[in-house]
Amino acid sequence: MLYREAGDFKTTYRADQQTFPIKSERILFWAFIAFAFLIVPFFINDYWNKAVLMPLLIYSMAALGLNILVGYCGQVSLGTGGFMAVGAFACYKLMTAFPGMDMFSVVILSGFVTAAVGIIFGLPSLRIKGFYLAVATLAAQFFLVWVFNKFAWFYNYSASGQITAPERSIFGIAVTGPSTAPWATYLFALTILFVFGWIARNLTRGRLGRSWMAIRDMDIAAEIIGVSPLKAKLSAFAISSFYIGIAGAMFFANYLGAAEVGEAFGIDKSFLVLFMVIIGGLGSILGSFLGAAFLVLLPVLLKNLMVGYLGWATDLAAHIQIMLVGGLIVFFLIAEPHGLAQLWRITKEKLRIWPFPY
Amino acid sequence: MSPDFLNFVEIVLNGLMAGVMYSLVALGFVLIFKASGIFNFAQGVMALFAALTLVGLQTGQVPFAHLINAILGSNVHHWGDGMNTFLAIFLTMGVMILLAWLVEKIVLKHLVNQEPIILFMATIGLAYFLEGLGDLMWGADIKTLDVGLPVGGSFWWEDLTREWAATGTEYYGMYIDVLDVSATLIALVLVIVLSLFSQYTATGRALRAVADDHQAAMSVGISLRTIWVIVWSIAGFVALVAGIMWGTKSGVQFSLSLIALKALPVLILGGFTSIPGAIIGGLIIGVGEKLAEAYIGPFFGGAIENWFAYMLALAFLLFRPQGLFGEKIIERI
Repeated sequence: MLYREAGDFKTTYRADQQTFPIKSERILFWAFIAFAFLIVPFFINDYWNKAVLMPLLIYSMAALGLNILVGYCGQVSLGTGGFMAVGAFACYKLMTAFPGMDMFSVVILSGFVTAAVGIIFGLPSLRIKGFYLAVATLAAQFFLVWVFNKFAWFYNYSASGQITAPERSIFGIAVTGPSTAPWATYLFALTILFVFGWIARNLTRGRLGRSWMAIRDMDIAAEIIGVSPLKAKLSAFAISSFYIGIAGAMFFANYLGAAEVGEAFGIDKSFLVLFMVIIGGLGSILGSFLGAAFLVLLPVLLKNLMVGYLGWATDLAAHIQIMLVGGLIVFFLIAEPHGLAQLWRITKEKLRIWPFPY
Repeated sequence: MSPDFLNFVEIVLNGLMAGVMYSLVALGFVLIFKASGIFNFAQGVMALFAALTLVGLQTGQVPFAHLINAILGSNVHHWGDGMNTFLAIFLTMGVMILLAWLVEKIVLKHLVNQEPIILFMATIGLAYFLEGLGDLMWGADIKTLDVGLPVGGSFWWEDLTREWAATGTEYYGMYIDVLDVSATLIALVLVIVLSLFSQYTATGRALRAVADDHQAAMSVGISLRTIWVIVWSIAGFVALVAGIMWGTKSGVQFSLSLIALKALPVLILGGFTSIPGAIIGGLIIGVGEKLAEAYIGPFFGGAIENWFAYMLALAFLLFRPQGLFGEKIIERI
C-alpha cells in the first residue's frame, strides 16, 4: 500500500532509466537526504559525530571505492589500507605545503594522487587474476605502509613519526584541527560523500561501468567483443583508488586529526572495508552504504550493550565482538551471499505486492 | 674461507630454515585448496588456535574463565596443574578434528557451488571468529609454549664453523637455532608422511580424486563431505605442528596468526596446488628475504622484510602467472 508503482507511468526512456524509478522511493530518498543535510547538523553532538557519523560517512566512501573495484570490476584488492594511507599522507603534505588551500581542493587532490598510485599497483592485474591478484595487492599494502614509515619526508621529519592535521577551513569555517565544530566536519564529509556517491552511481550505469561489469563477468569474452581490459581494469583501479584516497584523507584530517601509519592504515583496515563491501553487497552502490553502516554501528552497539549495560571488562567485550563480527560475516554469506542490498531488493519486491501477495 | 663468505652461508642457512617455517603454514593452505578449491585464509588463525588450546590444556586453564567470571561473578582460572604434554597434544588434535567437522557442518555445507571469492570471504569470517574464540577461551595474554623441543643457538656448530674461517681473521662462528633445525626435520617428516598417505592409502587416493575433479570423484562414490572433513582435519594437524613450532619460537600470541600473511607469497610463488611447490616456494622466499635484508636492505634503511617477499612473488608472477608448480591456467569461453 505504501510502496507501489501503480499509476506511476513512464513516458520517456530517461524516466524509465532513472535511479529511483518509483515515486515513493524517490520521495523517501530525498526526505532522507534532506534529513541528513538539514536536520542532523542541528542536533549533532561530539559523541555521535566521532563515534558514529564520521566513521560511517568515511567508511561509506572507502567501501564505495572498493566496491567499484571488487564488486563492479571483479578485481579483488586487499590493499585498501595502503591506498587510504596514500590519501592521508598526500592530504598532509598538501595541507602543510599550501596552507592557503581550501579543504575541498586538498581532499580532491589527494584523491588524484592516490589514483595515480592505484594505477601503478593496478598494472599487475593485467597479467594475473583472482587470488593471485589479491595476494599481489597485499604487496601494495605492506610496501606503502613501509614507505610512509621509513621516509621521514612524508611526515615532515616529526619526531614521533605521526602526522597531525593543522587547522584548515572552507568559507572561513574550520573543518580540520582540534577546534572544529561537530556539525562542520559532518557536513563537509556528507557533502563529499553525496557528490561522489552520485558520481559513482552514474559512472557504474554508463559506458565505463558496463565495461567493468563485462570484464568482471568474463574477461576473455569481454575482450573479444571489444572491451579493452587495459582501459577497463586500470580505470577501475584509478577511480577506486581515488575514492579510497579521499576516504583516507578525510579519515586522517577530519576524523582522527593525528595518525600513525601502521596503526591507522594497517592490514585490518583493508579487511574491514572488504567486509563492508561483502556484507553490503558486491556490485551495489546502496550496498556500500549499508555495509559500512552495519560494521560501524555493530561494534558501537555491542560495546554499549556489554560494557555499558552488562558492565563487563572491555577486553572481554572486544573478544566477543570479534567473534560476533566473524560469525555474522559467515552467517550473511550463507544466508544471503549478495549482501544487505539484496535483502533490501527482496523487501521491496515483497512490499510491492503487500498485502495481497497472490 | 673468508668471513664474508661464511656470513653469506649463515644467511642462506638461516633463510632456508625460516623458509621451512613458512612452508609449514603454506602446506595447510595447499591441502585445502587442492581438495576443495577453497583458499583458506583461516589457516594462520587455526595455528594460533591450536597453540592456544595446547598451552591451555598443558597448564590446566579453565576455558572461558574470563566470561564465566564476568557472568557469574566467580573467580575460576585453573582446574589443576595441567596435564602431560603428549596427552595435551592428543587432545588438541581432537579439538582440531572437532573444529574441522563443525566447519564442514555449519559453514561449508551451505556454501557448495558458491563462487570462490565467497568461500574465501567465509574463511576470513571464520578467521575472525576463531581469533575471538581463542582469546575468549584462553585469554589474550602472551603465553610461552614448551613441549620439550630444544631451543637456543648451537654451540657445536658455532665452534665448528669458527675453525673454518681463515686464521687471523675475526670470525665468531655461525649462529643457528636448534629449534629451526628440528622444525626442518619435522617438516621433512610431515611432507614424507603426507605424500605417502596420499599415494598409498585409500583415503589418500580419494583425496587426490577429489582434488582432480569433484564431479568425477562423486560419480565413483566418494563422499565429498567426508573428504572435506578429513582434509580440514589434516590441515588442522598441520596447523597444530606449525603452531607448536612458531609458538615455541616466538611465544603464543596474536601475531602468530599473521604468519598466514607470510605464507601467501610462498603460495603464489609455489602455486596453490602443489605440495612440493609450497616447500620450494617457502625456501626461495626464506632465502630471498634474508639475503635482501642483509644486502639490499641497508640502502633503504632496513626493515624491507615486510614487503620484499610480496614484491618477489609479484615480480615472479608477471612471468609465470600460475606460480612455479601450479597447474597451467587454461581459459575457455
